[in-house]
Amino acid sequence: MKRGMTDPMETWAGSPEWVRTLAGSKLEPGESPLTWFEPDLNHRLFYAPGLVVLTDRRVLSFEWDPAKSPNGRHPEDASSLRVWPLHSVSSISTRDQSGIGALELFGPDGLLAWWRYTVARAPAARRMVERLESLRRGGGALAPVSTELPAITGECAVCAAPLRAGDSTCRECGASPSRPPVRSLLRLFSVARKYLFMSVLGFFLTLASTASGLIPPYLTMPLLDNVLVPYQNGQPADTHMVKWYLLGLAGASVLAWALTWAQMYVLSWVSERISADLRNLTYSHLQRLSLEYFGGKRTGDLISRVSSDTDRICYFLSVYVLDFVTDVIMLLMTAGILLSVDLRLAAVTLLPMPLIAFLVFRVQERLGHGFSLGNRAWAELTSILAETIPGIRVVKAFAQEDHEIQRFRRANDSVLSTNDRVNRVWAYFNAVVVLLTDLGVLIVWMFGVWLVFHHSVTVGVLTAFVAYISRFYARLDSMSRMASATQRAAASAQRVFGVLDRVPKVPEPADPIHPVRVEGGIEIRNLSFRYASRPILKDLNLTIRPGEMIGLVGQSGAGKTTLINLLCRFYDVTSGEILVDGTDIRRFPTGEYRRNIGLVLQEPFLFSGSVAENIAYGRPNAPREEIIAAARAARAHEFILRLPNGYDSLVGERGQFLSGGERQRVSIARALLIDPRILILDEATSSVDTETEREIQLALANLIQGRTTIAIAHRLSTLQRADRLVVMQRGEIVEVGPHAELLERGGVYARLHQAQIDMHEGRLQPAAAEEAEEDELLEEL
Amino acid sequence: MISFTLQRDSQRRLVFTAPDGRTHIDVDPVRAFPLSDPRHSISICDSLGREILYIDSLDDLDPATRASLEAELAQREFVPIILRVINTPPKTEPSTWQVETDRGITTFEVDSDDSVYRRPPRRVSIVDSRGIRYEIPDTRNLDHHSRRVLDRFL
Repeated sequence: MKRGMTDPMETWAGSPEWVRTLAGSKLEPGESPLTWFEPDLNHRLFYAPGLVVLTDRRVLSFEWDPAKSPNGRHPEDASSLRVWPLHSVSSISTRDQSGIGALELFGPDGLLAWWRYTVARAPAARRMVERLESLRRGGGALAPVSTELPAITGECAVCAAPLRAGDSTCRECGASPSRPPVRSLLRLFSVARKYLFMSVLGFFLTLASTASGLIPPYLTMPLLDNVLVPYQNGQPADTHMVKWYLLGLAGASVLAWALTWAQMYVLSWVSERISADLRNLTYSHLQRLSLEYFGGKRTGDLISRVSSDTDRICYFLSVYVLDFVTDVIMLLMTAGILLSVDLRLAAVTLLPMPLIAFLVFRVQERLGHGFSLGNRAWAELTSILAETIPGIRVVKAFAQEDHEIQRFRRANDSVLSTNDRVNRVWAYFNAVVVLLTDLGVLIVWMFGVWLVFHHSVTVGVLTAFVAYISRFYARLDSMSRMASATQRAAASAQRVFGVLDRVPKVPEPADPIHPVRVEGGIEIRNLSFRYASRPILKDLNLTIRPGEMIGLVGQSGAGKTTLINLLCRFYDVTSGEILVDGTDIRRFPTGEYRRNIGLVLQEPFLFSGSVAENIAYGRPNAPREEIIAAARAARAHEFILRLPNGYDSLVGERGQFLSGGERQRVSIARALLIDPRILILDEATSSVDTETEREIQLALANLIQGRTTIAIAHRLSTLQRADRLVVMQRGEIVEVGPHAELLERGGVYARLHQAQIDMHEGRLQPAAAEEAEEDELLEEL
Repeated sequence: MISFTLQRDSQRRLVFTAPDGRTHIDVDPVRAFPLSDPRHSISICDSLGREILYIDSLDDLDPATRASLEAELAQREFVPIILRVINTPPKTEPSTWQVETDRGITTFEVDSDDSVYRRPPRRVSIVDSRGIRYEIPDTRNLDHHSRRVLDRFL
């Protein structure tokens, strides 16, 4: 069952508690509610709560006066309750005007009632229309259920459509429910679990290396107190201990070096693997997502999610987390040592810590803000580059180089100024940290000297304290840097998981039927398709015999490409169904189904590699003979032989070394090699000259033999071979029939045909041109 | 066994004579897969590039025909195999490479690192600024210096 066509019980079960109580209080015995809709505006377009409930007998409308009961929802408070028995209702419809909708209820004598609502309520309004219409049609009998929808778990914050278990985005408007970014970061642990042993090892190495770094000041204490100070005072000192202390110092350094090395190596090893896993995971998930996802995303954004975001996470894990853990351990250990050596001195040393820590974090916050501004400025700069370099021909053709230079300069200036700002704060902050550190050391010195004078502590202890405290402050500074790094990494993690959480909108069937090799008969039944609540295709019906060639004709925007995308199952229909050999295509596993489809696009996309590799893209192990046979049939063989290295010639990135017509013929060979039962040609010849088109036409003639073919073309001459033409207009099929028959009929097709002939002969018929313009205008409205 | 004759005429044009005596002047023998499968799929095209004869395998030819065909093919294929890189090409574009190939030592220019293709598993193809292609069938066979140079471009 698809969205839009809803099962009565399921809809009503998803309704909020208050709707159920409210409607329940007004229902007659035995009456069962079907669906509900909450208009949120009154007729004057002021916000006002309302509720419309459809039952199997009546339509009930509750309204509340917003002044008296701002939240409405109590039947007693309702300012009006109106009821229409279903037999008095003749039709219902929605109307959408710039984001504000109207639901209109008609009786035999005209308008019975109407409600206004904002776009957020549109899905519910449509649901009501669909429910009522299906009631009118056949007492609520709905199309058989093919896929069960998961249970409703909440509602979309943007458009209030129901969210279902497993939905990461709203099915109506595509918005994703937000999640706090730091939680995304915690999810990294699930990826890290694989490397548990190494992670634990890394942690202990960190512990050990930090501890080994704390040994030297500890050793200087006895060196001073037992050896140097007594020696200077002319007292006997155990000089033979000197070499042990010095050896100890050296040993500690070597130990710290070895441990730090091991620790760095182990932790980088782990973090590198985590980010590599994340990259693989993200990319393979990305490949499985339906085309719809890619339609709404900028390529650059997706690339950066897979590459730089995962890299940033890796850097965060290997550098910042490591530093932070080291810092915390260091602070705790230092505090422990200080407290164990001398309580009073330790108290004086640690007392200003909270204050300094507070200051540091405050400055850090401002820095973090500065950094994020800087990132945004940087992104702006990159996007100018990403846009103008591929579009350089347009820039040059319109002589806009100076304009683009100015644009770049402005973006660069804003990078400069944000960086300046950050640097100002940073410079100031650094100086402050130095000052505070000195101040702290000074306090320790003052108090320490006083204690030494009173013989409470020894010179050695004081020296050790001073050595520890400077480490202390240095650590504090680097710890504070962690805050902004965490924010940044968390943002990256959120973006990566944003991809991973996407559930493919073209679900694999639960109990699949394996098509193996289809016959190629296609039946389209009551097909409708909406894209983000905009209706694209409306109630299409069409039967295509196996082996038949269909030409799809119509203005751009008529829905031809959408129909083809639905046939390829790049998207799923909103309602209705597409049957291939009598089976709903949603019952086939997508991969197996698509193997039966050959697709030739207007802009053929070739991958870098050799010609042979490109032809064999759909069947990488195809034998040489078949590759040649496919190329021959696509009339590509001879031009390929003229290339410097025949089939082994490289085509360059995206096939740039080949001409447009050559690329097209390679792509036809590619489609031929998989020997598809259903062939789809989307404007396959519109981007080439007439001579090349003739070549491609000949190639296509070979391709379509014995296959069900659906071809879109603007040049109607291209479709001469078509058995039938299907003329589409604004999402509907308006005419179907062979070329000659349609011409005779004198309808839309005949006009299109005449217009093209006129164009060809160099005279524009005013009537046709005007009409086309008018159509376009209507389309825009 | 397929047999035909390939001969040079007085103007050094290649003349193809089929067994039935029909001739084509100025023909062009081409390997469809000169690199991946040089012994199979060979076409003889006429002066306009139309295919006259397709030979599935060199082994299908009688020895004399094969010898003359191979000799002609050898005349038209030029894809040097790089054995080692001699200089250290700078990372600036274009960069000049001095290499030792199976056809001797040569120098060429590479426009950008986009012209150096890594092709799994270990093959590398380089297309120079004039469109000549150089091949490294297996990078493992290169010496240390050459591999380091390549690594910088891949």
